[in-house]
Amino acid sequence: MLKLENITYSTDDREILKGISLEIDDRFVAITGPNGSGKSTLLKAIMGILSPTSGRIWLDGEDITELPVSERANLGISFAFQQPVRFKGLKVRDLLELAGGSGVDAKDRFSHACNVLSEVGLCAKEYIDRELDSTLSGGEMKRIEIAMAAARGSKMTLFDEPEAGIDLWSFQSLIHVFEKLYQETAGTIMIISHQERILNIADKIIYLKDGEVLEYGEGRQVMQHLEIDVSPASCSVLQDKMTRTGIEGR
Amino acid sequence: MDAIQKHLLKEVAELDALPVGAYNIRSNGKSAARNTTAEIDIVTKTDKPGIDIIIRPGTKKKSVHIPVIISESGLKEVVYNDFFIGEDCDVTIIAGCGISNCGGEDSQHDGVHSFFVGKGSKVRYIEKHYGEGTGEGKRLMNPTTVVELEEGASMELQTSQIGGIHDTLRITNAKLAENSSLSIHDKILTEGDQHAKAEMQVDMDGDGSTCDVISRGVAKGDSYQEIVLGITGNAACSGHAECDSIIMDRGVILASPQLKATNVDAALIHEAAIGKIAGEQLIKLMTMGLSEKEAEDMIIRGFLR
Repeated sequence: MLKLENITYSTDDREILKGISLEIDDRFVAITGPNGSGKSTLLKAIMGILSPTSGRIWLDGEDITELPVSERANLGISFAFQQPVRFKGLKVRDLLELAGGSGVDAKDRFSHACNVLSEVGLCAKEYIDRELDSTLSGGEMKRIEIAMAAARGSKMTLFDEPEAGIDLWSFQSLIHVFEKLYQETAGTIMIISHQERILNIADKIIYLKDGEVLEYGEGRQVMQHLEIDVSPASCSVLQDKMTRTGIEGR
Repeated sequence: MDAIQKHLLKEVAELDALPVGAYNIRSNGKSAARNTTAEIDIVTKTDKPGIDIIIRPGTKKKSVHIPVIISESGLKEVVYNDFFIGEDCDVTIIAGCGISNCGGEDSQHDGVHSFFVGKGSKVRYIEKHYGEGTGEGKRLMNPTTVVELEEGASMELQTSQIGGIHDTLRITNAKLAENSSLSIHDKILTEGDQHAKAEMQVDMDGDGSTCDVISRGVAKGDSYQEIVLGITGNAACSGHAECDSIIMDRGVILASPQLKATNVDAALIHEAAIGKIAGEQLIKLMTMGLSEKEAEDMIIRGFLR
């Protein structure tokens, strides 16, 4: 179980997280909310990429607030970045095999790496020896990033907006990766998403706004509130735009 | 051959035993073993130290190993190896030099390798420089590589020096005739107070010639690296030069890519970048369980692969 106790995070001029307290023991938790609400900051604080200004983080009863990133990773937390990192010289195989773990023998690591690539829709034969450099497109990098998280199969996997940078149609075909991870590992998935299909399959949804948790509850329940709260606002923005550009009535 | 020499041979040429095919192993200034074949002849020079390697026209899928090892402290040598590669060949040449210096005197190997590649031939050249030893004597290497490609010939050079050499001046000069192509991938790592300078010059004299020169360097500790990478386009040709370096600690790197065109149809590009390891790269690998040091090592290993 993950427990966040009054987590705050501030920069010089802004308070990004304003005292977040949560207890997460569900298997699939989606985090949603408007841009700038602190979603990525919260996930990074859990991974240890950012140190909260105040508050404590507990994983299965252990206080991990002061632990560095690598120690949290070894305790079973994984992180899929919103903007995947590129490496000159390192190959897809290198990182997928690293994700597969050192306890497994080389042959198994390789076949595991190929399997996860296929799951994210990339031909393993074609991609396994590609370098993780600028020759890969943003969409390809994103799929590989998701594959890496899936390859680790951790106790807790954090996905920072996996749909960003992938077109809607392709992302729909990736949803089964999260479902499979959910089914095959006993772990928890926390995923920042705005995709209805992701929100629909979530056990719980956290709705963040301005650095605060506005809603945290059963997926369906939060979704109902979100539809009332969010839809009219986005529609009115669209209507305004249409009016301004003279599209309306054509 | 003693254990140190065997170890050096393994490091520079990945050899556990004598290689298959033609070879010449030079150890502490003398030829230690040699084999020639019907297609590849190796002849000792009579006017200066070194050998001529003569590869018959039409030789395909063959290799030549010419490693040099020095384990005697204070040994200094200049060796000239000339490769005459006939037309329509497809061969791999594995060179390399390893110095183990446990004494107080400097050991030095200056190898001058010249390649004359015949029409339509394809050559792959792998050269690895390696140094080790606990003595106060320095380990020095100054390789010079001269390449002349005839019409339609192609050559791929993979050269590396991953630590262990105190001072080096690496000179490469290449001339490309019509429709020939040259690919150079040079990797260097310096550490401590090591000093390395590379001067590469590729002259594309023939129409349709192409070259791709990539230099990757990592400077750690207080080490100094300098690279001058020049491409001259004297014909309708295309050339690409890339100097890419990672700087660490108090290292110093000076990278100077230079392009010169004397023909309106020459298309030349250069890229140069120096930077430290990106924090996000370290963090990415740390989220996969590596310590910061392990992450750094993995990034450098990949970069210099």
